[in-house]
Amino acid sequence: METLLQQTVNGLVVGSVYALIALGYTMVYGILGLINFAHGDVLMVGALVALEAISLLQTHYPELGLVPTLLAGLGVSVVVCMILGYTIERTAYRRLRNAPRLAPLITAIGVSFLLQTLAMIIWGRNYHTFPQLVSTTPIEPVAGVFITPVQIVILVVSAVLMIGLVLLVNKTRLGRAMRATAENHRVASLMGVDTNKIIAATFVIGSALAAVAGVMYSSNYGIAHYAMGFMPGLKAFTAAVLGGIGNLAGAMLGGIVLGLVESIGAGYIEDMSFGFLNSSYQDIFAFIILGIVLIFRPTGLLGERVADRA
Amino acid sequence: MKRSVTMLAVAGVTMVASTAALADVVVKIGFAGPLTGPISHVGKDEQFGAQLALEDANAKGVTLGGQKARFELMAEDDQADPRTATTVAQRLVDAGVKGVVGHVTSGAAIPASRIYEQGGVPSVTPSSTTPKLTRQGFKTTYRVIANDLQQGNAMARFAVDVLKAERIAVIDDRTAYGQGLADALVDSLKQRGVKPVGREFTNDKATDFAAILTKLKAAKPDAIFYGGMDAQGAPLLKQMKQLGITAKYLGGDGACTAEMIKIAGAAMSPDVYCTQAGIPMDKMPAGKAFNERFTKRFNVPVQLYAPYSYDAASALIEAMKLANSAEPAKYLPLMQKVAFKGVTGNIAFDANGDVREGGVALYQFNAGKWEVRP
Repeated sequence: METLLQQTVNGLVVGSVYALIALGYTMVYGILGLINFAHGDVLMVGALVALEAISLLQTHYPELGLVPTLLAGLGVSVVVCMILGYTIERTAYRRLRNAPRLAPLITAIGVSFLLQTLAMIIWGRNYHTFPQLVSTTPIEPVAGVFITPVQIVILVVSAVLMIGLVLLVNKTRLGRAMRATAENHRVASLMGVDTNKIIAATFVIGSALAAVAGVMYSSNYGIAHYAMGFMPGLKAFTAAVLGGIGNLAGAMLGGIVLGLVESIGAGYIEDMSFGFLNSSYQDIFAFIILGIVLIFRPTGLLGERVADRA
Repeated sequence: MKRSVTMLAVAGVTMVASTAALADVVVKIGFAGPLTGPISHVGKDEQFGAQLALEDANAKGVTLGGQKARFELMAEDDQADPRTATTVAQRLVDAGVKGVVGHVTSGAAIPASRIYEQGGVPSVTPSSTTPKLTRQGFKTTYRVIANDLQQGNAMARFAVDVLKAERIAVIDDRTAYGQGLADALVDSLKQRGVKPVGREFTNDKATDFAAILTKLKAAKPDAIFYGGMDAQGAPLLKQMKQLGITAKYLGGDGACTAEMIKIAGAAMSPDVYCTQAGIPMDKMPAGKAFNERFTKRFNVPVQLYAPYSYDAASALIEAMKLANSAEPAKYLPLMQKVAFKGVTGNIAFDANGDVREGGVALYQFNAGKWEVRP
């Protein structure tokens, strides 16, 4: 029981990071029908820029407290990623908006490689130690379950950002314009919506979320390096598909479900398969679940819109 | 490169002087390793080690087939690069060397070993530790340093006999290196009657180990062994602490690095152990005397593997003495019979060409650095 609870907590922590990244994929897909494969690498840039900013602050303003340093580092990283997201959209995707769907997809993969290579040139191939400004020493265990302050922060911040995004999309003028653009951007522009601006805003918001996810990810694991965005990016994309790509609630649900499935899968797959499979199938297990869900619900857990998109 | 040529020339002159003006048979021994580039200091070190072995043999006088042999070293620079290594190996074979000391790195040793096999020239590496090198079925490939499998054995012995660990859990990253190390450890544990309480797997790009660690935690291990590199080993150690796991951490040479200490930071403690192939010089039977002679001869202290390189060259000469011939075809079969006391310990080879008693050093983290355990 203790183990199951611990695995659930592990899964929730990983899952909420996946969910946060998955939102970026799903927003862009919802509006453009484009899978932005560079999204995971924006996360990587976010983490490394924050690392750089925090190191600078620590050398020049050591009297600044831990939390202000982290927040300042996060702030710099969010701004840099917003600019990066805007630049990617403006230079790589906007020109291809009316091109066949394969072209922007390939471009997205190209942007991903470009970002990784640039990061490798700037920060080198080594793993960097990410300063863990929020404590990673577990608090007093409750019911035998260990959780660290940084993991609590991850859970809270993810929840707040997700709720914030849902409110933004459903309650604000910008959100209404985003929904209109997603529905049909030609009609939306006829109705006076500046779709270019809305699409740019979508990229900017998604990139900001990726930056936050990147900083939280690195704060939890204490490392950062140029290829760190690939795996969480892939997992978050899977989560978005699992939940129903293009659907915000679906991305969140998909992320949490994927995190839980991975964690509990790795913990119990051996017993469940009577020793036939083991934890080296941890990743595969998540994809098996994805396969099964897609067979019975081709549009994902909450997705309805994919049918008319495809 | 230029400097090494001069050095050789000087060495050649001294050798000629010391062996008088007899009509000796010249026996060329090749050496290949990185003599330029970032790890050239390691290559040079091994070159000097081999050089010293040959000079000692010349001074003592070795008679092969009734004629006095004079050993000469032909050193080539492989830049620790696989492609250059094959070119260099071919050059040595074409020059008619009777044996080769090298290569220094595993990446260079593996492609080069094929060339030596085809040329029928025995080669002995002083420092490549990948088990793969001697598992290619080549009759000409030998090694005087412990391989990664022997590291697994050493760690198992230490965990059971010294740490008295009974409940050992094992994780590996499914790479040839990590899996090889972990499998060797598990086999060795089983021979000691200890069955691992858990066996989990990850991959060499993973960052999250919470799920597998939580599973292992339920098995209440005394020690957790991780077969893999520092980039995963360090976060794994951190996550052990985050999950309140108090088991000791055991690693192989992939985790026996400065990087490990840097990334794991506060999670490092004297409960963290690792192994490294090869033993430090002050633990070698003849290490101290060797270092003194080496420093006197080359004006630089021993860097790292020079004693192993000395023993590698000596192993070739020993086999030649046994066969009473420097011809590879004649002395190669006798490599298996070589048995002598080298600088680093007893040198004798098993059927694969690995040294039987490969020394492995055990390190414990203490006060900010790795410390050798006696």
